[in-house]
Amino acid sequence: MKPFRYERAGDVSGAVATLAGERTGEFLAGGTNLVDLMKLDIVQPDVLVDVRRLTSAEIEDLPDGGLRIGAAVTNSELAADARVRSRYPVLSQALLSGASGQLRNLATTGGNLLQRTRCAYFYDTTTPCNKREPGTGCSALEGCNSGHAILGASRHCVATHPSDMAVAMTALDAVVRTQGPAGERETPITGLYRLPGQEPERDTALEHAELITAVDLPPLEFSSNSRYRKVRERASYAFALVSVAAALQVRDGVVLDARMALGGVAHRPWRARKAEDVLRGAPVIEESFRAAAEAELADAVPLRDNAYKVPLAVNVMTRTLLDLAEGR
Amino acid sequence: MDVGITLNVDGIQQRIAVDPRTTLLDALRERLGIYGPKKGCDHGQCGACTVLLDGIRANSCLALAVAHDGAEIITAEGLAEDGELHPMQRSFIEHDAFQCGYCTPGQIVSAVGMLAEAEAGWPSHVTRDISAAKVPLTDEEIRERMSGNLCRCGAYANIVPAIRETAETARPR
Repeated sequence: MKPFRYERAGDVSGAVATLAGERTGEFLAGGTNLVDLMKLDIVQPDVLVDVRRLTSAEIEDLPDGGLRIGAAVTNSELAADARVRSRYPVLSQALLSGASGQLRNLATTGGNLLQRTRCAYFYDTTTPCNKREPGTGCSALEGCNSGHAILGASRHCVATHPSDMAVAMTALDAVVRTQGPAGERETPITGLYRLPGQEPERDTALEHAELITAVDLPPLEFSSNSRYRKVRERASYAFALVSVAAALQVRDGVVLDARMALGGVAHRPWRARKAEDVLRGAPVIEESFRAAAEAELADAVPLRDNAYKVPLAVNVMTRTLLDLAEGR
Repeated sequence: MDVGITLNVDGIQQRIAVDPRTTLLDALRERLGIYGPKKGCDHGQCGACTVLLDGIRANSCLALAVAHDGAEIITAEGLAEDGELHPMQRSFIEHDAFQCGYCTPGQIVSAVGMLAEAEAGWPSHVTRDISAAKVPLTDEEIRERMSGNLCRCGAYANIVPAIRETAETARPR
């Protein structure tokens, strides 16, 4: 690991100012991804600014019926929160399907959002990777790409976003609150993440030294009828091949409204707006759900090894909607 | 440049100066001579380094020691009280819940932390009704909640009953 300076600040503004004054550096929270990336020389900051104790570790009720999640709330605490479990079960389920008990106890809400891809080539510093070393090429394009993206990728990068939590938050229209050198701002989570395009080294729209301070979950009338379904290569403790976060509102056999997002299929959590459009007003039958899923996957561009993800995503979306419609 | 930190490890206050790159695991093993936490993968994937960090189970290989100045750490060696093994340690012996033993301290500390989480009503990935206040610790629940601890000898068949019996007969402390 390359030597670095370890810095602490008295508050968020101090942490932002400290990092803003450095050419390269990172905020450190739980460290479960960052420390690993530093051990592997994938990320080599000159300075680490510890923010674990600086942002809120509380989950607060908002006046509009939503929730504000402090960036330092751990994945375990967020998954176990009684309000999240009853009002936004999809978020609890997404968190519980990720990592292990020990990792969830350290990992924070802000850090989870900013974890890096688990593409094997990004992790292997002996191979080209545009995300790790811009301009060197993408090894996954012609390499082992069974776990890679089928939607929104570019020829510069076909990596997927690894977070489960962020997929649920994307379906729930979460708003990410940040503080940076230019001040405070709120960004819809769908605007936080970038598609790879020609700059896959940039995962998000955040500026240097911009710190996530909280995530707001807006109220959603039917968010209690929501669930997360994840398909992976073993029963536990693995990243998603495909995952689905969904919330469904049904009345008199017709879909009134729906929210859906996919994990494991793109460079960012994939909001399934095409599927949502097909679902609104459709009869609550399997054919409607399958048609909605197929509409979303119509633009999929599979690679050599990951064509299986297209029918898998369609089936998992259909099954998840059926479960929600049947109250299972 | 080394940074001075204080760690309370298994009830003993320790003052050391560490390079900021030092993980909690290396601080415990290399600097303090506490060998219960094991270095398996060193990447947070195997759980052999699990300790109780300020009361909750955590992978000590992914925690930087400087970031946990003042922390209270309990390792497998600190679970015994007044010379008497922790019920989880006794249960692992009674159920022969290990073969080579390398993962065992991490398994035991993780299991102790896991029982406290279950006691607090935390749900898991396999919990059917996640809004339920109390979740019965079935074998399926134990396996899911312990999935962060790998045993390459494959002693799971005895680890699960060892944990189940401790959960049924003794409250975690």
